[in-house]
Amino acid sequence: MSEEKVIEETAKGGIKILTEMPKISIKAEAVTHLFGLAITNSMIASAFVFLLTIFVALYFKHQSGLKKKGNFYYLIKFFIKSIYDLFKSVLGDKTPVFFPLLFAFFFYILLQNWFGLLPGVGSFLIKVVEEHEEVFIPILRGNNADLNTTLALAIISVFSIQFFSIKFLGIKKYLHKFFNFSDPIAFFVGILDILSEFSKILSFAFRLFGNIFAGEVLLTIVAFLVPVLASFPFIGLEIFVGFVQALVFSMLTAVFISGAIAEHH
Amino acid sequence: MSTEAMKLLSVAIAIAVGAIAPALGIGMIGSKAVEALGRNPEAESAIRTTMILALAFAEAIAIYALVVALILKFA
Repeated sequence: MSEEKVIEETAKGGIKILTEMPKISIKAEAVTHLFGLAITNSMIASAFVFLLTIFVALYFKHQSGLKKKGNFYYLIKFFIKSIYDLFKSVLGDKTPVFFPLLFAFFFYILLQNWFGLLPGVGSFLIKVVEEHEEVFIPILRGNNADLNTTLALAIISVFSIQFFSIKFLGIKKYLHKFFNFSDPIAFFVGILDILSEFSKILSFAFRLFGNIFAGEVLLTIVAFLVPVLASFPFIGLEIFVGFVQALVFSMLTAVFISGAIAEHH
Repeated sequence: MSTEAMKLLSVAIAIAVGAIAPALGIGMIGSKAVEALGRNPEAESAIRTTMILALAFAEAIAIYALVVALILKFA
């Protein structure tokens, strides 16, 4: 639908608008199709972030073997050390077992959130034909502003919690947590525990998606209302929010894991 | 009332009502954390970690309301 059409149609509906509002789509748009699979703009962005994560990891490994190390190595090392100490306060002496998973979560989500804030992401448009109509969609989209991504991360997180629980407690004790027939109250609590495992998935997914998508909407609307300078404090806020959400996601996973591997009395 | 107006109103109500309880909750968490910090300043890092976790839980409720409002508005 062209821009004039939008304005005309809304004018017919009785509402006057002076300028066209920026178009905000709640789902990621398909850029192209590959063997029937829709390649969305958030998938393209996530491919970049994925390659970046792999590159940083390999470069860090390469540097750690050298005699003379670069500044980048020490920056990443400082980062890892601070996060390690934070997780140590939750997981105690079991931290080395879970740290690779938790830091991978943290680093990947952090890079994704910050990648979405780069200039150009969401503002470079590409022309695609959608239902015999030409529409312009952004070629890149902040990956965590797509519910599919956050849902995938949430499912990985919750399944790894169950996996570690079975690994550390054994299958018998794990099932005993959820199916306890010793008395009615324990049985009912078990059912609630099963529900809470599923609600964890939803809670993880919506928390990350909501925060990042709301941030994108906020930045778009502020840039639309006041085009010059007003976005700067909000971009600073979004950088902070991106960091906090990455930390919260990995921290909650750590807390849930430490709860799941604890022996019940 | 037209459908469009009703929709806009429902968006406003969804986020406005949904933000009340988390706002109160976050205020309480902050005040209690500062109180604990004043009583026990050397436990700063432990208090901060716990506070951020509690904030995330409280904030999640507001985010649910926000997601509902955004879906109503843009979908």
